[in-house]
Amino acid sequence: MSKSIEELKSIALRIRREIVVMIGAAKSGHPGGSLSAVEILVELYFNRLRIDPKNPKLADRDRFILSKGHAAPVLYAVMAEMGYTDTPLDKLNTLRKLGSVYQGHPDMRFIPSLEASTGSLGEGLSLALGMGLAARLNGGASRTYVMLGDGEIQEGQVWESAMAGAFHKLDNVVAIVDNNRIQLDGFVKDIMAVDPLAEKWRAFGWHTIEFDGHDFPAIQNAFAEAAATKGKPTCLVAHTIKGKGVSFMENNPKFHGTAPTPDEVKLALQELQ
Amino acid sequence: MPIKTKFEIKLGPATREAFGRELVELGRENKDIVVCDADLSHSTMTTYFAKEFPERFVSLGIAEANMVAVGAGLALAGKIPFVSSFSAFAMNKGFEQLRVCAAYPNVNLKVVGTHSGISIGEDGPSQMSVEEIGLACSLAGFVVIAPSDEAATKALVRAAAAYVGPVFIRTGRPKAAIVYGAGQTFEIGKSIQVADGADVTIIANGLLVAQALLAADTLEGEGISTRVIDMHTVKPLDREAISRAAAETKAIVVAEEHLVDGGLGVRVAQVVAETRPCPMEFVGIQNTYAESGQPDELLDKYGLIARDVAAAVRKVVARKN
Repeated sequence: MSKSIEELKSIALRIRREIVVMIGAAKSGHPGGSLSAVEILVELYFNRLRIDPKNPKLADRDRFILSKGHAAPVLYAVMAEMGYTDTPLDKLNTLRKLGSVYQGHPDMRFIPSLEASTGSLGEGLSLALGMGLAARLNGGASRTYVMLGDGEIQEGQVWESAMAGAFHKLDNVVAIVDNNRIQLDGFVKDIMAVDPLAEKWRAFGWHTIEFDGHDFPAIQNAFAEAAATKGKPTCLVAHTIKGKGVSFMENNPKFHGTAPTPDEVKLALQELQ
Repeated sequence: MPIKTKFEIKLGPATREAFGRELVELGRENKDIVVCDADLSHSTMTTYFAKEFPERFVSLGIAEANMVAVGAGLALAGKIPFVSSFSAFAMNKGFEQLRVCAAYPNVNLKVVGTHSGISIGEDGPSQMSVEEIGLACSLAGFVVIAPSDEAATKALVRAAAAYVGPVFIRTGRPKAAIVYGAGQTFEIGKSIQVADGADVTIIANGLLVAQALLAADTLEGEGISTRVIDMHTVKPLDREAISRAAAETKAIVVAEEHLVDGGLGVRVAQVVAETRPCPMEFVGIQNTYAESGQPDELLDKYGLIARDVAAAVRKVVARKN
């Protein structure tokens, strides 16, 4: 049964709080790119993916790969809220600590329910193509979703895989670019501009949709259009705000890879009500 | 005492050819075998598989990094992918993806490098892979195999498909001397003693196994009784065979078509140092890149033929005591 917009918003708010608290507790991590991806991951996991948290290796399931692996906290919080047994909700605050399943970047050795270990940028789309090819060979309905950062697509391998996805007409693969316009060293436009971003994907043969990545109805429409697109893969260019939901983190490159202090965590939680 | 017959070079198919043929057999037996190619199928010989199973042959163009990671994705979704290119490209251009997408998550990916070593000949150093054994062995959890002839290649490609986990197999371009007769069995991680001897052991793989056998015959005539071991699996090493050779023959030569730095030799030396230290010598490429030429000319010029192996044996035997 699908969740209402109100329910989704309420889950998203809870996940934002968990992200801020766990990164604060870890004293390191990447809040900005976790907060920008919340709505998309919530819609995917709670409404879109054909998955069963009680049976994470379900045959012919849909798959999600977080290619921008540094946004691990949003994935951990979503999977924990979904009730996967290897992502305990009460252990989120062990993020990045020795022995924690919540490694700095997603690691299948610690969380077998993950579909891939990621963290080195530029690789997730290739993995998704492999999964898409396997699903096609199996004749199954499995669809693979992969989220990339807009900074990440500076990696050359992304364009090798973009070419290959369209060449092989992998309409069971959906790439999502979290277009939050900020990377570690500053604004993407100042480090290595990637615009015109949607045109690049179109030129590589992908059906490309641009939308507001924080607006649930827009996200739902985009996923529905991707599912209905045959003969070519879809790229969803989600326009998002880095640090979304916490005023002092929004559009602030500092919070790409800096944890909030205890005081900042308090302030953030006051805003996330 | 049985009369030892002299080893004679009889050329068989190249190990890349054996790989391509065996892949078709595996494809017939198991529909989960998938092959990924980066525009070299007519050289890596995956073209045989492509002809018979076009739906399971994935053309990815000249983009090795993507190919390796697509292979890892296929494996994560339950397939048994073989990704193949020249060793120089699969390993060097795919190394990051081999590390993060295959080794670290321990993915069931098979990587087969062809055109290894300098015996590719005329194409020259940009295409010659002389460091991939060292690179492959630095990938935690990888099995690394360098077969010597057709029979060994077919059996070890088959063993790699059956093994669950990441594997790298090194094959070559030129016709390979036949080392093994019918009935020889091969097991990952278990070396094969191809000649027995008491005074010294040559540990070799790839094309150098045949050269070691030729050298052993020459040395026999000089009164040096030489054991020859085919160390087809470089990782995990057959430690037991190495320490036994060190204990029993008290001198070891390692011979390989690879840079001495990071190759089979340094890995064997580690086991010798840890178990039964003894004098060792190393036959391999010495801190240089080769050049264009005919394969035989290059192997001669860069010191990778029986003559060089025999010289190393004489040197190491002189160092005993």
